[in-house]
Amino acid sequence: MGKTFAEKVLAKAAGVAEASPGQVLDVYPDLYMSHMASWRCIRTMEKLGTDKIWDVDRIAMVMDHISPAQTAKTADDQRMCREFAVRHGIKKFYDVNAGIAHVVLTEKGFIRPGMVIIGTDSHTTIYGALGSLGTGVGFSELTAAWVTGKLWMKVPESLKVVIEGPLARGTTSKDVMLKLIGDLTADGATYLSVEFHGSYTKGLSVSDRMTLCNLAMELGAKNGFVPPDEATRRYLSERGVQPHDYVELQPDPDSVYLKTVTLDGRSLVPHIACPHAVDNVKPIDQVAGTKVNQVFIGSCTNAKYEDLVEAAAILKGRSIAPGVRLIVSPASQEIVSRTVKDGTYSVFLDAGALITNPGCSACAGDGGVMADGEVTLSTANRNFQGRMGSYNAEIYLGSPAVAAATAIRGVITDPREFLT
Amino acid sequence: MSTIGGKVIKFGNNVNTDVIIPGRYLVSIDPQELAKHAFEPLGPEVQKRLWASQVVVGGSNFGCGSAREQAASCLIGAGIKAVVAKSFSRVFFRNCINTGLPAIECPDLAEAAADGDEVSIDLDGGMAEAKGKSFRFASYPESLKQILEAGGLIPYLAKYVLPQQERVKR
Repeated sequence: MGKTFAEKVLAKAAGVAEASPGQVLDVYPDLYMSHMASWRCIRTMEKLGTDKIWDVDRIAMVMDHISPAQTAKTADDQRMCREFAVRHGIKKFYDVNAGIAHVVLTEKGFIRPGMVIIGTDSHTTIYGALGSLGTGVGFSELTAAWVTGKLWMKVPESLKVVIEGPLARGTTSKDVMLKLIGDLTADGATYLSVEFHGSYTKGLSVSDRMTLCNLAMELGAKNGFVPPDEATRRYLSERGVQPHDYVELQPDPDSVYLKTVTLDGRSLVPHIACPHAVDNVKPIDQVAGTKVNQVFIGSCTNAKYEDLVEAAAILKGRSIAPGVRLIVSPASQEIVSRTVKDGTYSVFLDAGALITNPGCSACAGDGGVMADGEVTLSTANRNFQGRMGSYNAEIYLGSPAVAAATAIRGVITDPREFLT
Repeated sequence: MSTIGGKVIKFGNNVNTDVIIPGRYLVSIDPQELAKHAFEPLGPEVQKRLWASQVVVGGSNFGCGSAREQAASCLIGAGIKAVVAKSFSRVFFRNCINTGLPAIECPDLAEAAADGDEVSIDLDGGMAEAKGKSFRFASYPESLKQILEAGGLIPYLAKYVLPQQERVKR
């Protein structure tokens, strides 16, 4: 009987010959990512009364979520992290200028096929884009990994999602996932490893793979996974990572899945997640015309270079509607630099956007919050009540193309109206 | 450990971490401080009932969303002794165990229990009582029991794992 990706990768990280669903393993992750929560890990380590780290080279710290500091308390927390990184010789430390941890670590070539990665962030599932297993943990568990190198993990059953492409005009990886989350619900893949297959995923850009795996979390998944192929190898090679630097793990053709679902991307339409749940999903024609006060293009889901280009293609030569705020927060410094060079940055400026520094920004409520009764259309991954300011404000989620079209009209708008 | 319980506060399905503890309060890791803001988006009436309760009961996918550990520790600060649900989001479940808060998957009890009910839970025996009825649930594997008994992952490591690691290194 064949093995799924999750069975293979967890067996590898636990140093056992093979693993099956339900089995609990002592897993040694290849990388431990912590963001703003890093200071909580440092405090927890102090509480443990130890200064010994299992493998300092597996620690990655990125000062996202609140960047730069807004209060003296946060400034002090960030200083604690900086000093800790220097004291312990943590080489993978990125400061408040770098951007969103997930995107930064991927761009730097630290995320590779066959790895197991834990992070103090639920959207650590995003690392499946490069054929690794990423999953979120709390700060105590991350601290435990710093000190002991391991944590217990239950081998999950797997859900196979087969997506047929190419996608219909005006739709994106975001629409694929919103449709899927609407169909399967926020509980649809709880505890499961979600593997993305089908003609759509073959040769798919790493950016789109990141969107798929990032949003797998909103199905309740333990991790997401897109089988590595030539597109993965090319992306890594451009970042100085060659095939001998990693081990590609492919699920066997005869692996056993708990369930297989198919999604036909060829007939897909843009979708929107309505307040206050990510699985409250509707085709765009049912919510088009809803008035918005703010549009946010940001987050690890949809502020990557390709996402910004997608939005800019619609905004080019146009202006945002009067009275609407368009906030653009590129996911990383590298992305800012690329968009400045190729003119994408100017498209946003000329359209009337407010462009922030790279980071989690409004998705984490770090700026860009709403007043009572306001509405935001966001490209992020969550629309929970109170996530962006007032508890009486509403968040709708859509693709970068939807965001651009909505900013121009001031009401939720189908981006296909702008495609010629 | 053995028997815990108290008065129930009941919630529905898909209760998310942003509602349990909004992101703006994550600058703290003090359970008592966090408890003041637990369930704040749902308003002061819900918060008052929370502080007067000992058992949180939820529907399916309880604690979905963020990996924030404070979603578990804020409940401890509010005096909650156990969380019972039809099902849990996986990170929230891990965070409960790791902060020493028993999270119990028991769909029948989660269905039957209502606001204000008294519930008593025998963790070792895998048995709970409410409304004069008994409900069974799967008791924890030994490894999780040890973490809970130690009061969470960090006290557990300090007590059992680190001393052993020290011995091996010597």
